[in-house]
Amino acid sequence: MKHLLSAADLTRDGAEQILATAAQMHDVQRREVKKLPVLRGRTVVNLFFEDSTRTRSSFEIAGKWLSADVINVSAKGSSVSKGESLRDTVMTVAAMGVDALVIRHHASGAPAQVTDWVDASVVNAGDGTHEHPTQALLDAYTMRSKLGDLAGRRIGIIGDLTHSRVVRSNLILLRTLGADVTLVAPPTLMPSGIAEWAAAEGFSYSYDFDEVLPKLDAAMMLRVQKERMTGGFFPTPREYTVGYGLTRERLRVLPDHAVICHPGPMNRGLEITADAADEARSLILDQVSAGVAVRMSVLYHLLGGGMSADRGEDRSAARTGAEGRGATGGMSADRGEDRSAARTGAEGRGATGDMKA
Amino acid sequence: MSESFVIKSADLLGAGRQDLLIADGVIAEVGKVSAQGATVIDGDGLIALPGLVDLHTHLREPGREDAETIASGSAAAAAGGYTAVLAMANTNPVTDTAEAAERVFDLGRACGLVDVQPIGAVSKGLAGEELAELGLMARSRAAVRVFSDDGHCVHDARLMRRALEYVKAFGGVVSQHAQEPRLADRSACCHEGELSGRLGLPGWPGVAEEVIVARDVMLARPTGSRVHVAHVSTAGSVEVIRWAKSQGIAVTAEVTPHHLMLDTTRLTSYDPTYKVNPPLRPAEDIAELRKALADGTIDAVATDHAPHARHDKEHAFAEAAFGMLGLEQALQVVNTVMVQPGLLTWAQVADVMSVTPARIAGLTGHGRPLEAGEPANITLIDPAASVTVDGAASHSLSRNNPWHDMTLTGRVQTTLLRGRPTVLDQEVSQ
Repeated sequence: MKHLLSAADLTRDGAEQILATAAQMHDVQRREVKKLPVLRGRTVVNLFFEDSTRTRSSFEIAGKWLSADVINVSAKGSSVSKGESLRDTVMTVAAMGVDALVIRHHASGAPAQVTDWVDASVVNAGDGTHEHPTQALLDAYTMRSKLGDLAGRRIGIIGDLTHSRVVRSNLILLRTLGADVTLVAPPTLMPSGIAEWAAAEGFSYSYDFDEVLPKLDAAMMLRVQKERMTGGFFPTPREYTVGYGLTRERLRVLPDHAVICHPGPMNRGLEITADAADEARSLILDQVSAGVAVRMSVLYHLLGGGMSADRGEDRSAARTGAEGRGATGGMSADRGEDRSAARTGAEGRGATGDMKA
Repeated sequence: MSESFVIKSADLLGAGRQDLLIADGVIAEVGKVSAQGATVIDGDGLIALPGLVDLHTHLREPGREDAETIASGSAAAAAGGYTAVLAMANTNPVTDTAEAAERVFDLGRACGLVDVQPIGAVSKGLAGEELAELGLMARSRAAVRVFSDDGHCVHDARLMRRALEYVKAFGGVVSQHAQEPRLADRSACCHEGELSGRLGLPGWPGVAEEVIVARDVMLARPTGSRVHVAHVSTAGSVEVIRWAKSQGIAVTAEVTPHHLMLDTTRLTSYDPTYKVNPPLRPAEDIAELRKALADGTIDAVATDHAPHARHDKEHAFAEAAFGMLGLEQALQVVNTVMVQPGLLTWAQVADVMSVTPARIAGLTGHGRPLEAGEPANITLIDPAASVTVDGAASHSLSRNNPWHDMTLTGRVQTTLLRGRPTVLDQEVSQ
């Protein structure tokens, strides 16, 4: 697996592997000494065209705990207005010798475009209103920690689905993991062409939260951004909350075993009440802590191994092989370590032992 | 006396083989012609059409000569079989005065590869607020007859109404870029539908075009004004135009080669080469556009040739420039998707790519029959050639060619402008 651009890049086995490795990484996080040597000598650049304190710091910590050299590059502001093209910006950074580019961009598709220009692995850390695959992985990881296997589980994703990058990745990944997904939003906040999309892919959608609510195993509440309130997508915040907020009343209807997620940041009082957010079953803080483990796992699989995690097995296997052979002496020692760690990681056993050493 | 030519045995509009004697810039004789003293151009296996006329070209000069100049755009046009192009007004400075129009006109004539006919802006600076000096542009040496704020919609209904009324005085026509800005703002870049939902790209709904087309034909009705719909892209617009024509409203419409061939699924790669305004539409719209071109609801094929410097396209999709090249491939595309499948005859191709556009634009020297005494504006095309498009081989200064690496049918062999070969055996003359 070379890039993680979309949740659709992951097969069920591939996703399972990343989540299994994330669990091992999560254990490491609880230790006093958190650093693993697996990406020593590798360089990860967080190239952020849009501010994101949480995602950027999560990737930064993940890279550092894997012993990679992590550099943050903020390319905020439209490159169009600076007169530099996206290609120029990316090529300039890549020319410094980068193994992985973690890219956050305000425009959909930018990380995918970048893969045409650079050799480095590209991780999509959120692009426009398109996808945010590591967020979906950490959401799945968190839900699994409470619900177990997600196959057959009913998961509602409720909120501003038009403008959310989280919904697409979650929808795809949760369905890959066998979950039964329902999207809930007012018609003005549903993705375009939802009827055709849902029919083609076999998921459901509803404009009626109350109809969906009693059947859910998990309610994922998405943020409604302030600017939507003036955009005519719904009349008032009050009306939105009445229709689609996770209110105290709805909390009582949600089955007892069900969990609540929110990728944050929350608008308490709008899409989720303070009560719901603070409920014991809420996984919201768990999601943040899982974020680092999941991102460690992703970087590890992209740079260290985990070749069978993606759909293009042959291609990436060939690449890794070629790189391994062509590497210089100093590097090949590192890569040897990486590969053996990857193997154990892939088997899902003994990786922790290796990492200790 | 200029050099004379004999085009031997070309198939005139697909109606039969004839020789054409060209002398003094006109067609001197049609039939079985003696080649004595004339240079022979072998027309065997070639279709002869009146020189093509493009109602919708962006030449970028003045202002963005790094993307295209009048000279480079003229060469691309000639290579594509064109003898006249209408140059859109959205240059820098905007073509919104007589002086600006004459400058474009003169630069085109000086280059001499195609007649460059300027389109005047409807509103000053394309700002959509006050009328530009439409009458002075019409009276200028450039004799402007087509007015457009292309790139921007004349969305103010009162301004559009006044423009439609005013240009009647000199037989003008307003070419409208139909895009209701509240329904499709400047960020809109992907046909609104399932794919825009999946890709997370800002949607450009078909209805944003259709409501403006509907409004404009109603504005044109009481005044009897001529309105032209630029780059029609949806089945809904076709329906409105069909109805308007049935009511006797003086509406004409054009469709681009890319809207006839490329569908919205091209955007799944996020390659900004495919970013164009209006956006590529689904296959169902394409089918309706082809039908409408065949049945005459759509009057003309126009390229919307929109060159862009590489660095203006190498941005994230939503931030890259709108537009794609078209002059060199238009006839190939029409041949591939309309003629070869039997939807259009060559005589109809002559209508939609030469005769009708010339009439809409008021260009009396173009779009004429291939008969003795007519100006020798002629295009010879090899209709059977299979060509893999090489975007790097373009005469345009830009490389945003959506047909790069695709295989199309047909090739322009020779283009004559008033009896002078601007392209001879695929070579553009200098």
